[in-house]
Formats: sequence, C-alpha cells, structure tokens
Amino acid sequence: MPGITREEVAHLARLARLELKAEELDHFAGQLDDIIGAVARVSEVAGQDVPPTSHPLPLTNVMRADEVRPSLTPEQALSGAPAQEQQRFKVPQILGED
Amino acid sequence: MTVIELVPYEDALAAYDPVMGLEVHVELGTKTKMFCGCSTGLGAEPNSQTCPTCLGMPGSLPVVNAIGVESAIKIGLALNCEIAEWCRFARKNYFYPDMPKNFQTSQYDEPIAYNGYLDVQLEDGEIFRVHIERAHMEEDTGKSTHVGGATGRIHGASHSLLDYNRAGIPLIEIVTKPIEGAGERAPEVAKAYVAELRELIKALGVSEARMEMGQMRCDVNLSLRPHGQEKFGTRSETKNVNSLRSVERAARFEIQRHAAVLGSGGTIIQETRHFHEEDGSTTAGRVKEEAEDYRYFPEPDLVPVAPPREWVEELRAGLPELPRVRRNRLREEWGISEHDMQSILNAGAIEPIVATIGAGAPADQARKWWMGELARHANETGRPLDELPITPEQVARVAALVASGDLNDKLARQVIEGVLAGEGDPDTVVEKRGLKVLSDDSALGAAVDEAIAANAAVADKIRAGKVAAAGALVGAVMKATRGQADAARVRELILERLAPAE
Repeated sequence: MPGITREEVAHLARLARLELKAEELDHFAGQLDDIIGAVARVSEVAGQDVPPTSHPLPLTNVMRADEVRPSLTPEQALSGAPAQEQQRFKVPQILGED
Repeated sequence: MTVIELVPYEDALAAYDPVMGLEVHVELGTKTKMFCGCSTGLGAEPNSQTCPTCLGMPGSLPVVNAIGVESAIKIGLALNCEIAEWCRFARKNYFYPDMPKNFQTSQYDEPIAYNGYLDVQLEDGEIFRVHIERAHMEEDTGKSTHVGGATGRIHGASHSLLDYNRAGIPLIEIVTKPIEGAGERAPEVAKAYVAELRELIKALGVSEARMEMGQMRCDVNLSLRPHGQEKFGTRSETKNVNSLRSVERAARFEIQRHAAVLGSGGTIIQETRHFHEEDGSTTAGRVKEEAEDYRYFPEPDLVPVAPPREWVEELRAGLPELPRVRRNRLREEWGISEHDMQSILNAGAIEPIVATIGAGAPADQARKWWMGELARHANETGRPLDELPITPEQVARVAALVASGDLNDKLARQVIEGVLAGEGDPDTVVEKRGLKVLSDDSALGAAVDEAIAANAAVADKIRAGKVAAAGALVGAVMKATRGQADAARVRELILERLAPAE
C-alpha cells in the first residue's frame, strides 16, 4: 500500500502554490493515502493481460484537416476574465521566477 | 548579481570535457493551431485568435491537426528516426499563466519519433554526427507582457498581461542525445547542428524556421566533467538562445563559467539560465523542477496517434533531397570549394543563386552578384538576401546584359542599385539612367584621342612596344566616359592608334 508522507503533501502543495498549515499537512496526508489506497485496488482486479487505459474508446488517429475556423472575438474571449488591460488577460504578479 | 571570473576557454578545455544536449523548438507553419481551428497568422490583434479549446474552457474538446502530425513524421524521418507505431499526448502540468489550461499538451514517454541522427558539417568540412533522442509534438504558449518593472522582465513587475494568440500553435521539440567528444569544438558543433536543422526544416517545408521571429528556438544544456571521467557533471540549461551566433556564444560562455565554478571548488546548480544577447553572458533563472513535478499523465481528451505504416512510407518516399547532400551536389556542379559553399550558406544565398541559375544565368555570374554586390547591400541594410527588393530573374537579366556586352560590370552595379532603389526592372533602369556601354567607334574615338593627347609619355611607351602601359589609357577613357565605355574596344582603339611604326 502506498504511504503518502507529510513531505510529499508539502511538495505537492508547493507545486500547486497552496499554503497549508502543519495540521493540514497531516490531515491531507491521511486523506490522500485513503484515496490512493482505494484507487490502487483497481490493480487487484486488473491482471497482466489488461493494458492500462487512458481513453475509454478504442479509437486512434482522430484528426482534423488544417482549415481555419472562426475564433472568438477578443471581447468574447475576455468576457470571463477577472481582469483585463490592453485587450489582454491581466494576471497578478508572477512569483518564483526571475 | 555576482560577477564570475570566467576561466579562459583554452584552460577550461584543458581541465574539462564538455557534454551538451540541445533542445530545439520548431513552430510549424500550419494554418491552424495544433488542437483547434484557430488561425496561426502573425500580427493579429491580441486575443483575436482564440477559442474555447485553446483557452482551456471546460467542456471544450481538442482535435489533432493532421498536418501537425504529418510534419512531425516528416521531421522524424528526415532525422533518421524511428516513427512510433502508437503514441499518445500527455499533459504537462505547471503553474504559470502562459497556458490558460494550466498544462501544456505535449508528449512524454511516447514521442512520435525517436532514435535518429543528423550529420552536420563543420567549417573545415569535417562531419560530426549528432544523435537524436526524440522529436515530439506539443503546443506553444501564450505571450506575456510584464508591466510595472523597469526592464520589462518578471522581476519587479506589478502584474502581467497575456495574449493567447500563440497558445496552441504546433511545436515540434527535437532533443539530442548527450553530445560527447566534441571537445573544444563543442560550441561550433552546437551552432552547426542548429544551422543544419534549420536548413532541414526549411527544405521539408514544414516551417520557415526564422529564428529572429521565434519560429525556431534553442535551449543549450551543458555540463563539464574532468577528462577521463565517465559520469556527466551537473548541467545548466540556457533557455531561448535564438540565433546561430548566440548558440555558439552561450555554449562557450557556459564552458568558461562552469570551469570557473568547478575550478574554485564550487558546485554547479541544476538550473535554467537566461542568455543575454548584448554581452553573450548567461544569468541564473529558476531552479529546474524535476520531471515528476510536472505530473505528466496521458491526455484523456485526445485519442492515440498510430500512424499507418503505408502513410509513413509514403512520407518517406516524398522527402526532399537533404540539405547537406544537396549542398555537396551544388558545390560540385558549381565547381567551388567547401569554404566558398560555407560562405554562401552563411549568407543565406543558396536559394537565390539556385533561382538565378534557374532563370538562365551562368553559375559563376549568379554567385558573383549574390555574394558580392547584393550581399553587401543586405549587410548594410540588415536584411536577409531573400528579402531584398530584387528577384533572381532580375539578377539573371543583369547577367545577360553583361554577357551580351550591353553592360559592363560597373554599369551592371548601377543597374542593380537602381532596381534595389525601386526604379523598376533592369531594362527600365538601363533606359531611365541611360546606362549603355559605349562601343560606337566615333564616340569612343574622341575620348581615346583626348586620353592619348593628355598622356603623351604613356603613349610614347606604347608606341615603343610597351603594350602593358595601355591600361593607364584605358583607365583614363573609362573615367572620362564615367564607366560607360566598352573597355575591350577602347583598348583595341588605343593599340590601333599607337601601333609601333613598322
């Protein structure tokens, strides 16, 4: 059974830019452990002869011709944006990068 | 920012062996994006080429661009790669607003092409084989503008603005295997590889691969290890090195920097670095996230790509002659040296010369004009040769006028100058500027007589049998006629008049 450690939760939280308190780390470690344990049970019934599936339909090569289709107008594209400026999506200061 | 005392290049190479890895992103020239039908056209107003799919709206469904896949296979084949029988896309998850989806659709452990090589020719003609790890399909990111900082960089900015027109444009990422054994020529190999790859991409017709327009971008991974050591040292990854010259400079700088850090007992941090065009230096970027931090997983919205073998073979059969092979063929046809061919390649003159020959000019004339007058003009105006306002047909016409004796070289240069200045095609310029070689004996005769009269001493020498002295008089006549005289005829007239008495 996988054991999700507190450190792993802290690492994931950092990647997701989430600030978690110490007690939350323990709390989520336990919860994630349960979830992973439940999902892992799939491997108990899926034998070696069952390939891992990433798509429910047995399709390949679904492609489209390289033909331009109408885009949204800038107004439509930006209509759901919390903030905009100069017809662009405005996002807060980006941290953790040079 | 700490200033590092770089180790001299020769000293760095004496102590260490460089190992490189090059990652090149090529923006494909498809009409539409990789997973939706939005246009990829340049210069559109911000966020006017987006749709629910490339904006990552819930419920939207990506569908792969067939030409994107075809281009990837062509590139893979041209790089001597194996083409996957079955492969998938994967989500590369990261937190950065340049992708509105919060992930980039890419390929992870199942690239469409893998295990190939590209032979590159160095300046002295030596062939160096660069092994290719993989070529995979992915999509470009949006364009960020950082506002509020002094330098336009993220650092110090108060907020950022995003234009997603570019988000989703097809990219092919081509990754080399570690390049070992290049030694002191590592920077040259890096440059030659990117140059050859660019030629290849252009020959395939899948992208214009203009580096200055970001259609081809290179990341340079570099590490050093002490001579004799098998294990690679820690690498740095210099991002977005976007000219051939910069690729060479970045590799060279990193060799010197790594040697400085290692030589003083320090350790190299695995990090991305930014390249600075102004002085060829690099500075630290972010500490590189490990691959697992991207939490790759197969893209559930796209079905696998399984290129039928017949399709792959059809594409293989349709590949153009590879650039290096073609260059060698042309070099032999034109009867020129490796070095001359290299200069022509560096000047971007191969296609114009081929087209000019195609328009009827002899090879040596086509080379002469493109590598002489026109290359100089391109240099002066900072434009690529193929963007000068003169066509190969026009250059061929100038060459024809020289061959027929209507123009001499000096007048031909003026005709070219006129065409470049927008005065019309060569015949129009000839007419408007009145540029015609004077070979009419009565018109020339007067000028010849004047020159003889003005240079009596020289004339006497010629009369005395010193025919070589005629050059001075020919020069005088040419000057007097402002270059329009037919020099060969002038010489004949002079020698006639000054024939030694029998």
